[in-house]
Amino acid sequence: MSKELIRLSDCVMSYDGDVVLDHINLYINDQEFLTLLGPSGCGKTTTLRIIGGFLSPTSGDVFFDGVRMNDVPPHKRAVNTVFQKYALFPHLNVFENVAFGLRIPRTQTVEQGGKTVSKKVRLSKQEIHDRVMEMLEVVNLKGFEKRPVSALSGGQQQRVAIARALVNRPKVLLLDEPLGALDMRLRKDMQGELKRIQQEMGITFIYVTHDQEEALAMSDTVVVMDQGKIQQIGTPEDIYNEPKNAFVADFIGESNILDGVMRADGVVEIFNRKFQCLDKGFDQDEPVDVVIRPEDVDIVDEGNGQLRGTVTAVTFKGVHYDTIVDFYGFKWLIQTTDYCPVGSNIGIKIDPDGIHVMKKSQYSGLFGDYSSYSEEYEEIGDADYVPDEEEGSHHEE
Amino acid sequence: MRKQRRVGSRLFMALVFLFLYAPILLMIIFSFNAGNSNVVWQGFSLHWYEELFQDRSIMQSVYTTLLVSILATVIATVAGTFAAVGFYSMRRRTRGALLAVNNIPMTNADIVTGVSLCLLFVAVFGFWNEFAANYQVTLNLFGSVYRITFPELSLGFGTMLIAHITFNIPYVILSVGPKLRQMDRHLVDAARDLGCTWMGAFFKVILPEIKPGIISGALIAFTMSVDDFVISYFTGGSSASTLAREIYSMARRRISPEINAVSTLLFVVVLALLVVNNIREARIAKAEARRQY
Repeated sequence: MSKELIRLSDCVMSYDGDVVLDHINLYINDQEFLTLLGPSGCGKTTTLRIIGGFLSPTSGDVFFDGVRMNDVPPHKRAVNTVFQKYALFPHLNVFENVAFGLRIPRTQTVEQGGKTVSKKVRLSKQEIHDRVMEMLEVVNLKGFEKRPVSALSGGQQQRVAIARALVNRPKVLLLDEPLGALDMRLRKDMQGELKRIQQEMGITFIYVTHDQEEALAMSDTVVVMDQGKIQQIGTPEDIYNEPKNAFVADFIGESNILDGVMRADGVVEIFNRKFQCLDKGFDQDEPVDVVIRPEDVDIVDEGNGQLRGTVTAVTFKGVHYDTIVDFYGFKWLIQTTDYCPVGSNIGIKIDPDGIHVMKKSQYSGLFGDYSSYSEEYEEIGDADYVPDEEEGSHHEE
Repeated sequence: MRKQRRVGSRLFMALVFLFLYAPILLMIIFSFNAGNSNVVWQGFSLHWYEELFQDRSIMQSVYTTLLVSILATVIATVAGTFAAVGFYSMRRRTRGALLAVNNIPMTNADIVTGVSLCLLFVAVFGFWNEFAANYQVTLNLFGSVYRITFPELSLGFGTMLIAHITFNIPYVILSVGPKLRQMDRHLVDAARDLGCTWMGAFFKVILPEIKPGIISGALIAFTMSVDDFVISYFTGGSSASTLAREIYSMARRRISPEINAVSTLLFVVVLALLVVNNIREARIAKAEARRQY
């Protein structure tokens, strides 16, 4: 049904032997909202810059509509970008910023008397005016035309940046952490706004972010990246429910990641106890990673549980309690509406569909333990994200 | 005690200003003197200014000065601006090294710059003139024979212009560089993304952003050119005489009040340029402060 628009084929990017992108294979469909998600330094912005034409891959190919685009400069691509810090032109007002792309004559190939002639086409003043005003209406900035961009708030500057890119009617809009500099509230509003604009105008969005909530809320397809590699591609539901490895499970939402052994199809052993699950196709006795989401665990009486543990910390979160439970020295996060005081012994039950089994990967053992819960919690709750900073605190050992 | 000290410091200040400005003031006053003397005031007159404007060699030197300054300023500004843009896109270490080299001519004594340029020109011309004297090209085109001889070169306006461009470029680079570094790096990307070629982005986005730096660079370059004596003296040969050189040679002959008049004019022009530049910079700083707020 949907048509393929962009394809990255085996793209490698390296600087002085430092591999930033490691054999990226990716295709993007027409009118899709695709998000490149990952921690800083994972290669998501590099991927975006390759699509935008600001970088040329060290090896591999970029195709637009089946045409190889590796060495086509940015100004000849049907793609526009919304930059991280907007990059509005400070010497121009709102109207002129948005009109910038329209004022540049475009080369068009026209059939003329049986010959194809390339002609420079310039839009009329009236048309430029109409299109700019129309676009300013789409982004709710009518009446701001004459303002200098420096007199706008962060959210308004963001809208100008989006209007400036969209007014050129690109096939694809690239957005590089466009909401990174906005506060929480505005971010939520703009998420809805962006989704609305994308659907209204029927444009493909390629969106780069480190914010998993943002990615899940807006995207049709999420591409999770780390260390220059694609870890998983899928719908938000797929990524959340069926993470491919410990990295994805940890990066998207909260998860308890445990060592397990696959005893048979549908049977996985954790802490020497057999659990029913829905996963199949593993080898007999294959060591695996098991993901259990905090909301999929039911707390029961100590005697009735599949596992027994001791509560070590409780935090009230409004909808639920974040309860940390110690099972044989491994700490789990359980989200429950039942209050269990610290020190109480409890049992737990997990339904087969609450268990997700993954193959072992290089990320096994790095994530999913809540022993240092408070530190990790603070990191998640940190809204003032600084894009250039490396987040290394994930690796606890 | 305290009062005394205050009087003392004020006296000191007064002395400083006296030594700084009394000579200039004296020169300006005596440029309006009716008599021939530099010591005795004989009444107000514009006589020496009239003389000045009728003195053909002085007017010729004014013309030469303006021509060399304007040409050198324009060429150095264009070259310096592009050089600064080139420096900007280099890696930090390369840029640092090149900027250090760029700064040498500015800290270098004029006399060294002048003598070394003079030596270079003389050496190159020596080779060239020997070549020109011994060779000629004969062309046979459509039956008619052309004999092309090479002209002999010597120090003059051209060499002086090259010298002026050389010593002006560092000033332009130095005043454009900071403006580039203040600029958001993504602006060029944004312009290219919206359909500009690199050159288009340069004219539409970079140029407006760094314009204040370019203008100050040009003003400083022009002032340096008008003001220069030593380098012009060594590279201008006998034919191209700037105002500064003319004044020097006049002073060697006799101290005529005409010198006072011409020096006064030169002083006023340079002062005006500096004032204009300072006002501009103050305004821009104010506007930027407002923009950030």
